[in-house]
Amino acid sequence: MRDTSIKKVLMIGSGPIVIGQAAEFDYAGTQACRSLKEEGVEVVLLNSNPATIMTDKDIADHVYIEPLTVDVLEKLIEKEQPDSILPTLGGQAGLNLAMALDESGFLASHNVRLIGTTALTIKKAEDRLMFKETMEKIGEPVAKSEVVHDLERGLEVAEEIGYPVVLRPAYTLGGSGGGIAENREQCQEILENGLRLSRVHEVLVERCIAGWKEIEYEVMRDSAGNVITVCNMENLDPVGVHTGDSIVVAPSQTLSDKEYQMLRTSALNIITELGITGGCNVQYALNPESFEYCVIEVNPRVSRSSALASKATGYPIAKVAAKIALGYTLDEIKNAVTGKTYASFEPMLDYCVVKMPRLPFDKFITAEHTLGTQMKATGEVMAIANNFEGGLMKAIRSLEQHVDSLMSYDFTDLDDHDLHKLLHRVDDRRIWVIAEALRRGYSYEEIHDITKIDEWFIDKLKIIVDMENRLHSESMNETLLREAKRIEFPDNVIARLTGYSEDEIREMRDKWDIHAAFKMVDTCAAEFEAETPYYYSVFGSENEATGAFRDPNKKKKVLVLGSGPIRIGQGIEFDFCSVHSTWQFEREGYETIIINNNPETVSTDFDIADKLYFEPLTPEDVRNVVDVEKPDGAVVQFGGQTAIKLADALQKMGVPILGTQQDDVDAAEDRERFDEILQQTGCQRAAGQTVFTAEEAKEAAHVLGYPVLVRPSYVLGGAGMRIAISDQDIDEYIGEINQIAQEHPILVDKYIRGTELEVDAICDGQDILIPGIMEHIERTGIHSGDSISVYPQRSLTPKAKERVIEYTERLAKALHVIGMVNVQFIADGDEVYIIEVNPRSSRTVPYISKVTGIPIVPLATQIICGHTIRELGYEPGLQKEADYYAIKMPVFSFEKIKGADISLGPEMKSTGECLGIAKSFNEALYKAFQGAGIQLPKYKNMVITVRDEDKEEITPIAKRFEQLGYRIFATHGTYQALSEGGVKCFQVRKVEQESPNILDLVLGHELDIVIDVPKEGAEASKDGFVIRRNAVETGVNVLTAVDTARALATSLENKSSELHLIDIAALDEEKN
Amino acid sequence: MDAFLILEDGTVFKGTSIGAEKEVISEVVFNTSMTGYLEVLTDPSYAGQAVVMTYPLIGNYGICYEDMESAQPWPDAFIVRELSRMPSNFRSENTIQNFLKKNEVPGIAGIDTRALTKRLRDEGTMNGMITTHRYHKEEMPALLERIKAYKVEGVVKKTSTKEVYVAQAENPDGSRYTGDREPKRVAFLDVGAKRNIIRSLQRHGCDVTVYPSDTSAETILSQNPDGIMISNGPGDPKENVAVIEEIKKLYASETPIFAICLGHQLMALATGADTYKLKYGHRGGNHPVKDLSNGRVYITSQNHGYAVDPKTIDPAIAEEAFVNVNDGTNEGLRYKGKNIVTVQYHPEACPGPRDSAYLFDRFMKMMEG
Repeated sequence: MRDTSIKKVLMIGSGPIVIGQAAEFDYAGTQACRSLKEEGVEVVLLNSNPATIMTDKDIADHVYIEPLTVDVLEKLIEKEQPDSILPTLGGQAGLNLAMALDESGFLASHNVRLIGTTALTIKKAEDRLMFKETMEKIGEPVAKSEVVHDLERGLEVAEEIGYPVVLRPAYTLGGSGGGIAENREQCQEILENGLRLSRVHEVLVERCIAGWKEIEYEVMRDSAGNVITVCNMENLDPVGVHTGDSIVVAPSQTLSDKEYQMLRTSALNIITELGITGGCNVQYALNPESFEYCVIEVNPRVSRSSALASKATGYPIAKVAAKIALGYTLDEIKNAVTGKTYASFEPMLDYCVVKMPRLPFDKFITAEHTLGTQMKATGEVMAIANNFEGGLMKAIRSLEQHVDSLMSYDFTDLDDHDLHKLLHRVDDRRIWVIAEALRRGYSYEEIHDITKIDEWFIDKLKIIVDMENRLHSESMNETLLREAKRIEFPDNVIARLTGYSEDEIREMRDKWDIHAAFKMVDTCAAEFEAETPYYYSVFGSENEATGAFRDPNKKKKVLVLGSGPIRIGQGIEFDFCSVHSTWQFEREGYETIIINNNPETVSTDFDIADKLYFEPLTPEDVRNVVDVEKPDGAVVQFGGQTAIKLADALQKMGVPILGTQQDDVDAAEDRERFDEILQQTGCQRAAGQTVFTAEEAKEAAHVLGYPVLVRPSYVLGGAGMRIAISDQDIDEYIGEINQIAQEHPILVDKYIRGTELEVDAICDGQDILIPGIMEHIERTGIHSGDSISVYPQRSLTPKAKERVIEYTERLAKALHVIGMVNVQFIADGDEVYIIEVNPRSSRTVPYISKVTGIPIVPLATQIICGHTIRELGYEPGLQKEADYYAIKMPVFSFEKIKGADISLGPEMKSTGECLGIAKSFNEALYKAFQGAGIQLPKYKNMVITVRDEDKEEITPIAKRFEQLGYRIFATHGTYQALSEGGVKCFQVRKVEQESPNILDLVLGHELDIVIDVPKEGAEASKDGFVIRRNAVETGVNVLTAVDTARALATSLENKSSELHLIDIAALDEEKN
Repeated sequence: MDAFLILEDGTVFKGTSIGAEKEVISEVVFNTSMTGYLEVLTDPSYAGQAVVMTYPLIGNYGICYEDMESAQPWPDAFIVRELSRMPSNFRSENTIQNFLKKNEVPGIAGIDTRALTKRLRDEGTMNGMITTHRYHKEEMPALLERIKAYKVEGVVKKTSTKEVYVAQAENPDGSRYTGDREPKRVAFLDVGAKRNIIRSLQRHGCDVTVYPSDTSAETILSQNPDGIMISNGPGDPKENVAVIEEIKKLYASETPIFAICLGHQLMALATGADTYKLKYGHRGGNHPVKDLSNGRVYITSQNHGYAVDPKTIDPAIAEEAFVNVNDGTNEGLRYKGKNIVTVQYHPEACPGPRDSAYLFDRFMKMMEG
């Protein structure tokens, strides 16, 4: 029964997207908020991440985009006086915060209770010792282990258990700082790091069960004690690889009913003993040679796995968990998919789900590709098929990293010895290596012995490899083509293997009637009729998707393309845009159809659009949907590059692109056409040239004068963009760029060092609406996604500001923009240069929408539907500036990616962002740093090492840190400059000099900040790299730009003043 | 080799022949369990039926003989989307392909099992033929008449034990019973029993005497058992006229009785209630059942095509003790003034969830008196 005393609930989100905590919590949190509001509960939301859907005023009643700190949460509770907190739906960050307030007694003294799972339960699940005792009490086996709080004991325990041991720090995200130690040396290294990263300085030393099957169960329990399992999942990668980095299949494939039920019963016993009310995830290691198993971990909250399980089964875990928190029992909650049955049942799948991680090694070229217990993936894709091979093939081509089959990485030139060695390596390309081994006739047993991957999976890979061979060697016939499509070989791969063209393959398919059919995800394996139009494609089956309008009153259909997996450069922002656009099309009377493949997102929730197709975003897969649905138009400007790239294909299929036309998008991307437009419109840009070879590039650079910016056209998040200061740099970069950029030309621009500005605008063809102008704190040269962005801008001269508005309008019109356009500028005094124009929605849209209160995406969607800006009640031009400063701060996950260079440049590296909003610039800046987790000072020690050209500029900044009480250490050159400038500082030796040197200082664990500005162009010395890596891995804040350092000083100077919390949902009212 | 599934409504599915190459006509039913295909194949309740597995990948872990629920497979045919070409599990002793062949079970693979399931769900359980023969169009009307005429008959006697035997009490781990108290003596009326019901009783410390379905009540009662268990089994419950007569006498005795599935239906019929055929039955491992004694919901293993009509229950004799949360059908009865509990679902699991194992504990308590 509903507990009617719950009237006002505080939900805490998960903060910025970092590795280990991504969009899944926006999905879960949004679903939970909607579920609570459905019940008439007043929802207060706290999340520092402005790119999320949950922080919309139509999702919660009161929205606070504020840092996730104890201080803020206490203030918020005092201000809003909620009666309850629902802590288990916002990820680990929110849970930790709620727990901290519970432990301090603050919640009790303010009459706030935790609903859903209790604090005691959370402790029992998360505190290693309590968890172990609880498991022992109910006879659930855990791997032999001990919790340690210091290095010595840790090493002792490791000896007792015997190497290898697994080390798991308590209360960290995505297993940060954990790892497998084979020997004492490794153990010491990981332990030191883990103890530091753990909130409670606690690390679990555990028997290594690497190589066992890794199995997960998603379970739910209500307050009456009813328990169900939503789904189980099996990792293709055995224990040893973080489940977030594993290829995962649902349901389990290699477990007999005896094993399946044994673990299911165990999971239900555990959730019962812990007393969880809501969702929970239990991870197991199962000995592949017996019934022996160990409980690895229990997450007493919704997690990435539960988002995956929700999408894999159709069972809305977060929604049900929220209802349970309100007191409902499972048999009182309707199953929204069937509309007939109740939440107290277990979903039965009649298909196979494959999840693959999206790893960021394309962005971090220097990073180690190996996978272990530390999660590295930024996102994931999911595919549904009725066989495993098909699921895997679909997942591969959903990854958006230029892979379409098991042939996409070529290992043919390796000799057997090297291939054998590579099989031992656990990395992101392992299945491709196995495929090559299978091609060479390695036995399943041999591959299994090395990789421990179950032979069932190896056999499936072999089936794919066999099909490659058959397509390559046999002559094409109907049976062969049918079989290839059954296991989801895309036409382009079939064409490549057979020598036919893609069109010819398509003709054969038409002739033999080999077409994709769509099946429904209905939670019940067709046992009950379901209403939910959640589809996946298969071949060789009856089609269930009729393409008919769900609401017969509707006359038009729109296809909204999603943005695929979360990756650096294309994050959750585009899901925000896709979802809002979908909702607006709905309001405009369209039937909405979403295609997307990311299980973590709100857009792939089955009740967002009228129809959801969970499919890869390739031309062929999209065409399958188009053939059935015959949409009246498609909108691509909200789904980032993934969607934009499909525009051509859609037009060829005869689907009109709604809003800005593809030809105009091309005009903005094509250097020559764009130059023409600039000339026509009288907008200036940095001089530049389009080239194809290194020689041409060098010539161009000589004409323009170094430094120059080199980049491929069609860039995403600055992929492959570099600043070159010499011919040598150019030679090096062109080599790298050619590998990433395929056939597109290369742009060489004069590099102008000025203030970077950004505008998101809406154009209806006649008028233009500019919600606001944003300014970057870092000067040009750092990717806009990695820069601190300030709204409203503060440094433009009136003349320059006028130009920004004027240029935006001229360009939008010249490009015939209907909908969104994003323009980036450099301002140098009164001069304004165009950097680039993207006639589509951008990363900053959610942020600027929220802080200006202007619903940009819905407006743009209305414009696309034919309305005008004036008609919608807006005065064209730059809108009135808000009374607030809103600062978007990039957030990085560098500590998770060993070997990644953290220095900022034209290539984007941040994984997420947070917001600081306040009446004053300084307070906003302080909040932004807080939100990004830079909570200083701690030890008041810092290191400064900068380039010669920055020395003058850094001196006053160093002075300010000195006044803040910082002890400043500097290497020789910087030391001299600072000393001459009157800054008190200490000289340290460089890395290559004898100990103690700068590295010892970094590893001494008492540093707050390292300011290290690396040389532009190729990193001359490895010194800086080593210092930055070590610093970031030991939890030191590293800044690689002078501007960022200045901003941090400002922020710290403002620390003492009191924070004011701002309800975003009430911004309009406050303004009026 | 091509194989065909021809439904009585004329729908034809073309696939590949698996198992034995023989033509059969049977009643086609679907099961939604994702694991436990061997337990399904060897569950005697499927005698006279052809089983469709809705989960598309079958045979992944091969054949683990110890998981068999009886000595042989019972379905007339097996219908799947795909059989795994290579099983993988540490206990696997054979492939499912070989198992079906060796036991002469015909089947069909490679068909759209979801489309078939939807048809069965919408139209109700249907008869069908599995064959490798290509029938001509003009042969179809006569063929469909033949298919329609099929009825599941005489399956209880076929699946029941032919001789009385005793299964000795065991410890929970399966070793020989070493408990303090005397083993309880359970008379077990086998009307098509799954092994795990007997095993569950053994492991609760019972000596189980298993009787053929045509055993008289007098024979059973003459042994003075501590309790009686009436098992699951196949077919239309009403067909078992003689058995029902004997159960009336068991009901009249004061012996505690626990009955599962067909046993539950037979007891209801013996006490004047009626049964009816469900549109497409409950077969799978995910059905929620509410225990009305405590309001708790349990996920259960189910396999039944008939149900007891609660409207026909004499309230003086019995009351509903369990109901299905999904469709409200009866899932169990408690008999008034009697030490008798019967359930429609399978507390012995295998395949499926073990959440209802507590019912065996209740039966033990019933026998304590």
